[in-house]
Amino acid sequence: MDTTVANTGTEGKTWGGGNQPLKASYGKMMMWFFIVSDALTFSGFLAAYGFSRFKFIGEWPIADEVFTHFPFLHGVEAPMYYVAFMTFVLIMSSVTMVLAVDAGHHMNKSKVTFYMFLTIIGGLIFVGSQAWEWNTFIKGEYGAVQTKGGNILQFGEYIDVDGEQKFKRVAVADFATVQHGERTQHERKTGLWFVEEGALPAYTMAEVSAGLEAHPNVLVRTQIINEEGEKTVLSREESIRQIKENGQLYVQGANLHVNEYGTSLFADFFFFITGFHGFHVFSGVVINIIIFFNVILGTYEKRKNYEMVEKVGLYWHFVDLVWVFVFTFFYLV
Amino acid sequence: MAHEHKLEIFRGLLKFKSNTSKIWGVLVFLTIVTIIEVALGIFKPEMLMGKVLGMKMLNWIFIILTIVKAYYITWDFMHMRDETKALRRMVVWTAIFLICYLIFILLQEGGYIEGVYSSEYVKRDF
Repeated sequence: MDTTVANTGTEGKTWGGGNQPLKASYGKMMMWFFIVSDALTFSGFLAAYGFSRFKFIGEWPIADEVFTHFPFLHGVEAPMYYVAFMTFVLIMSSVTMVLAVDAGHHMNKSKVTFYMFLTIIGGLIFVGSQAWEWNTFIKGEYGAVQTKGGNILQFGEYIDVDGEQKFKRVAVADFATVQHGERTQHERKTGLWFVEEGALPAYTMAEVSAGLEAHPNVLVRTQIINEEGEKTVLSREESIRQIKENGQLYVQGANLHVNEYGTSLFADFFFFITGFHGFHVFSGVVINIIIFFNVILGTYEKRKNYEMVEKVGLYWHFVDLVWVFVFTFFYLV
Repeated sequence: MAHEHKLEIFRGLLKFKSNTSKIWGVLVFLTIVTIIEVALGIFKPEMLMGKVLGMKMLNWIFIILTIVKAYYITWDFMHMRDETKALRRMVVWTAIFLICYLIFILLQEGGYIEGVYSSEYVKRDF
């Protein structure tokens, strides 16, 4: 046999074979490498977001003005609080997950079950919160006008707050003059059967500009960020001129084509990145539920180790880790 | 399975008695960091609006605090602290190197295109 097996002189050394140099099981290592590749996917998305933002650095929407809603508080400006709550829920469910892993190390089945259950609940609360966030974002609040060049013009007025002039947004619905129009949405049954058309905007441009002229206090705000870090507000004459000459379409809320908050790329990235993250959370919850039932059925008790809980825990923490970055780059910076 | 955990954080400044109490300790720390971030995001102190290395001081603080949070999630929740040096370096340095490269390439290009739009004869804004 000595003639067929080569002696390499590395026997007994760390990488000489026959032992586990990384002291981690195959499954755990593969989970780590999957996480590395998934982290690169997410950083690709976030870097692309950064690219578009740097490209439109002077006119990107200000997150504090976009995400101002909190459930059950209508009309109250509460930027950040809701998303801070979501972050806390996710961190908290990360904690219960790591407690489940710890209980697994001590072979404590009932504790693992309990903590896995809490983790699943936390994940569901997070996904639900994200659905609410999407819903508010898609619905929109004030409405705006898109120009021929694809820019967004928003409306507002100056009001006195403690002796200080503050710019406050005004919804188009509050000032637009409703006129009688002949234009109705084209349907296949009423005209060319092979042509379809989406729902018409709630207001025509004529209604918006007539309403603007009838309300002398309403001004237009552009996307351009001025030196104070605020969006530029136009004078009264300039406002009317902009709407009349460049205004093309009334938009409310957000979709993949237009959004009332500013650059259309902003909504695209919002949907794509938080959607991809939300999908990760959702699949994490599904995997957690599978593991939860395995724990209840005693699969790991028979196997005499709870490493599966640890592996799915790694994935769950990773989802939390990604959210920490999404939170920073979408809501803070 | 290795059951022993390293129980100290902040380079040994804080040592916990059990793994469970370390987890709660890290949670408290992460919560404090998040609260600081949210408070800064809401109040936006004027003194932090100055530019440092091409970006607002406040944004640098946000990014640094995020990396601090990411460190503690990875090291304590994902037990990276207890893994061997080789596994840790394999995962962390690979990711950090590639992500830095990606960020550099894309942000550099984004800044260049912004420059073309704002100072040269390409008009997009009307």
